[in-house]
Amino acid sequence: MPELLYQRDVYGKTLAEIGRRSPDIVVCDADLSGSTRTAIFAKEFPERFFNFGVAEQNMMATSAGLASCGKVVFASTFAMFASGRAWDQVRNTICYGGLDVKIVATHAGVTVGPDGASHQALEDIAVLRAIPNMRVIVPCDGPETREAVLTAFETPGPFYIRLGRAKVPSLENKPPFSLGKGTLLREGKDLTLVACGVMVQPALKAAAELLENGIEARVINMHTLKPLDEDILLEAARQTRGFVVCEEHSVIGGLGSAVAEFLSEKHPARVLRIGVRNRFGQSGDEAALLAEYGLTSADIVAAARSLAV
Amino acid sequence: MLLDSRKIGELEAKAREIRTLIVQMLARAGSGHPGGSLSSTDILTCLYYSVMRHNPKDPSWPDRDRFQLSKGHCCPALYAVLAEQGYFPKEELGNLRRFGCMLQGHPDRHTPGIEVCSGSLGQGLSVALGMSLAARIDKKDYRTYCLLGDGEIQEGNIWEAAMAAAHYKRDNLCAILDYNGFQIDGRVSEVMGIEPLAEKWRSFGWYVIEIDGHNMAAIHKAFDTAKKIKEKPTMILAKTIKGKGVSFMENVVDFHGRAPTGDEHDLAVKELNRRRHA
Repeated sequence: MPELLYQRDVYGKTLAEIGRRSPDIVVCDADLSGSTRTAIFAKEFPERFFNFGVAEQNMMATSAGLASCGKVVFASTFAMFASGRAWDQVRNTICYGGLDVKIVATHAGVTVGPDGASHQALEDIAVLRAIPNMRVIVPCDGPETREAVLTAFETPGPFYIRLGRAKVPSLENKPPFSLGKGTLLREGKDLTLVACGVMVQPALKAAAELLENGIEARVINMHTLKPLDEDILLEAARQTRGFVVCEEHSVIGGLGSAVAEFLSEKHPARVLRIGVRNRFGQSGDEAALLAEYGLTSADIVAAARSLAV
Repeated sequence: MLLDSRKIGELEAKAREIRTLIVQMLARAGSGHPGGSLSSTDILTCLYYSVMRHNPKDPSWPDRDRFQLSKGHCCPALYAVLAEQGYFPKEELGNLRRFGCMLQGHPDRHTPGIEVCSGSLGQGLSVALGMSLAARIDKKDYRTYCLLGDGEIQEGNIWEAAMAAAHYKRDNLCAILDYNGFQIDGRVSEVMGIEPLAEKWRSFGWYVIEIDGHNMAAIHKAFDTAKKIKEKPTMILAKTIKGKGVSFMENVVDFHGRAPTGDEHDLAVKELNRRRHA
């Protein structure tokens, strides 16, 4: 059995790891440090941790001020509030100036579960991807979360890293992480499955099922949504018949949109999108919600079959 | 340290020069915000010429005092001060708001002397708070200043920052409110009342000083007092006149966001020159 990890546990521990070797890292939170796990850093480095209470706008703009003085700031809250409540601060004060603020948001997508629609961010990638200077990473598991956080720390400028709430199985034998380079998880000549975050595992499962039906699906883990790995998409567009793009996000503006935008300009191909279709989430357990919103390996298989015909 | 009358006279003369530059650059640009630029001129002049520790030849000097113009639309006043101080060539002022030129309609970090972009209101006090917290982490003794507009403090983000600055006891943070009483849609008291201001800021944990924002000695004294306040941030409520220094712009809401025409420019410059020689 693969190891099950909370991405946010890995995040908190990675922050502390960076804190031990760099005096310049500062961490901010808005009353969710226990949930986002920035509390792990706060405990070890209280003088470099600031809790701003339930005030995300202030947290983001204050992070910009800290970054202007040479700090590398990690600012965390739930994805809903990081993207929605403080978007203007993120756009005008952080990104316009290209400041070193890394927004690491947890509890993204419907897998937040029982908290329901108000807390299930499904539009965050769309609204943050559109901002110039912003880079967007959606890690698929614990180890990839560590790599993404380290990369964001080492790379100047703003980042948005999107994490989930629930435990996720660690992907075994994964190629090393490189910013802006999608990783090929499985070869295939018939069609291409592109996935990010918690949808990577269902995509792999779908590929295995498709093979039983004689369909060879390539699987790409597109952990970096921006900058998008155009080379890996072009190659897949030339070598396979079409794409199924899978994400725990609205089909409007997320990874599916990013892939379709690029391909329609550079190498038109069929792109089917697995994602939430213009709906709000709701309370429930993870499995029920993933099924309700069409985010299972069976949904991917069905879409892939319609492409392969 | 109090200023002698000679130094005060010098600051007042400098402020008149800055006002002339503001009128000239806005008339040339054809758009922009003269009202609030002119109401904040004395405050900015005092800060950059007699209060702040800074070096125009080294805008990123780590020990410099920080300034954040939260009411970003009044950047013509700040640009004029920065140019006069030598942060960038004065000729740039003639290219305000022009395509391909440095001086943007609202402050951009690529301009020497600008720390963090502003323009979308309500965020500068948070930015200044961040700078002030960085000083605490780095054990540096620089101070952080932030100029706010009175209409601007209708933004909720301001009060989030006000709460946090007091919570973190930021005595190296000093905010100034350019209280000219007008916003785009009219009188602040009629659009969305903000009084009682002193009580509001005090109740948020700030040390409050109320002054005439055009009295150079009073402005300087307020900044001096703020330096001595411990364990809490200081808010200087500076009562000002929108459009100050140009008679036909004073307290005229239309000049919040309208540039002077050619004729108005000539009249205004003549008037400012007359005051200079008076």
